[in-house]
Amino acid sequence: MKLVIINYGAGNIKSIQFAFNRLGIEAVLSNNAKEILNADKIIFPGVGEASTAMKKLKESGLDELIPNLKQPVLGICLGMQLLCNSTEEGNTKGLGIFNTVVKRFSNDVKVPQMGWNVIKNLKSDLFSGIKENEYMYLVHSYYAEYCEETIATTDYGLNYASALQHKNFYGVQFHPEKSSLAGEKILKNFLNL
Amino acid sequence: MLTKRIIPCLDIKNGRTVKGVNFIDLRDAGDPVELAKQYADMGADELVFLDISATLEGRATTLEMVLHVAEQVNIPFTVGGGISSIEHVDALLQSGADKISINSSAVKRPELINELSKKFGSQCVVVAIDAKQINGLWKVHLAGGSIPTEIDLFEWAKEVEERGAGEILFTSMNHDGTKNGFANEALAKLSETLNIPIIASGGAGNVQHFIDTFKEGKADAALAASVFHFGEIPISELKKELKNHNIEVRL
Repeated sequence: MKLVIINYGAGNIKSIQFAFNRLGIEAVLSNNAKEILNADKIIFPGVGEASTAMKKLKESGLDELIPNLKQPVLGICLGMQLLCNSTEEGNTKGLGIFNTVVKRFSNDVKVPQMGWNVIKNLKSDLFSGIKENEYMYLVHSYYAEYCEETIATTDYGLNYASALQHKNFYGVQFHPEKSSLAGEKILKNFLNL
Repeated sequence: MLTKRIIPCLDIKNGRTVKGVNFIDLRDAGDPVELAKQYADMGADELVFLDISATLEGRATTLEMVLHVAEQVNIPFTVGGGISSIEHVDALLQSGADKISINSSAVKRPELINELSKKFGSQCVVVAIDAKQINGLWKVHLAGGSIPTEIDLFEWAKEVEERGAGEILFTSMNHDGTKNGFANEALAKLSETLNIPIIASGGAGNVQHFIDTFKEGKADAALAASVFHFGEIPISELKKELKNHNIEVRL
């Protein structure tokens, strides 16, 4: 199993690498096209601001490489958002894998949403063994609108897509690497896809 | 529904836990990694490490500790204490900290909040505020509460939010160490006037205090040290009690 975490300079990716280490899997951090193409599984992370992150992807040509990947890809947090059509954050065009848009939470709720919330309406092998209403750790100010590709939802002022899937592309808004045992189970499931 | 968070706070000096911690089955009470793992197993939602090292060497050891915690702990954690530069924050985040908290350095140079939230994102910038109520007015204090300023708590909190902080950790100097409950009136005012999460700190003595700070203080999270370290309030029982009082928590 060759696991690559795409390293394009967006945020803290050590936590993801450590989480896989705890599962006994060595994850390689890389922005090298060849190395990414040769991986069995790919993690597309992201923390920070969307337009800055997209700029970094373009600088390294990853914006063209990622949408053509055939292996299972897991976008986490901003990584998931960048796989959508667009995001309101910095008026950024996304990679267009998931047919939905990313919007800012309204001020009826505290922004960012920070802490543990539940995921439900689970429908994907990614959640095999995960019960409905399991708690996950989330930190975000923008959310993906519910769409046909939604494989989990969360309520925060409204019902939004907290996980998405299109073909070999998976995306989760929460941080499985920081979501205790249930989060580790999801990472394990991804490795078994 | 987003749950209320319970956050144990650990004081760290030269990479070791300092405040007396009294857990059963703990091989090394001074080992932050082992303590952090125990708290994660007990159901803590997050952890805060406060670095009280006085020397540069001490700080360097803390950086190593952060790396070890990140390697082994599967819940989020914040590191605070003596942080005043972008480079220091970068090093902490690179070592695996999820959030950092700044306090005096933000008061001395408020632009630091803008710079950090722009570079690393609001989600990892916690601004800690120590304040004391004097003649009815809440005044911000610096350097662990030892230096008073003329800055009003609520005005400063508003500015902190506008500058891009993702969260505020408010400690009442009047309540800290008393075990008489949190500063719920001030907390509720903060929570109602601001639109970012507020962590209550200072005054936890029993379970009812936590119920009150979530219900009356409208806090999003509650932080405590000694009541957890000495096992006076086991976290799992605290969370069950909160649930019994219709407060949403992760069980």
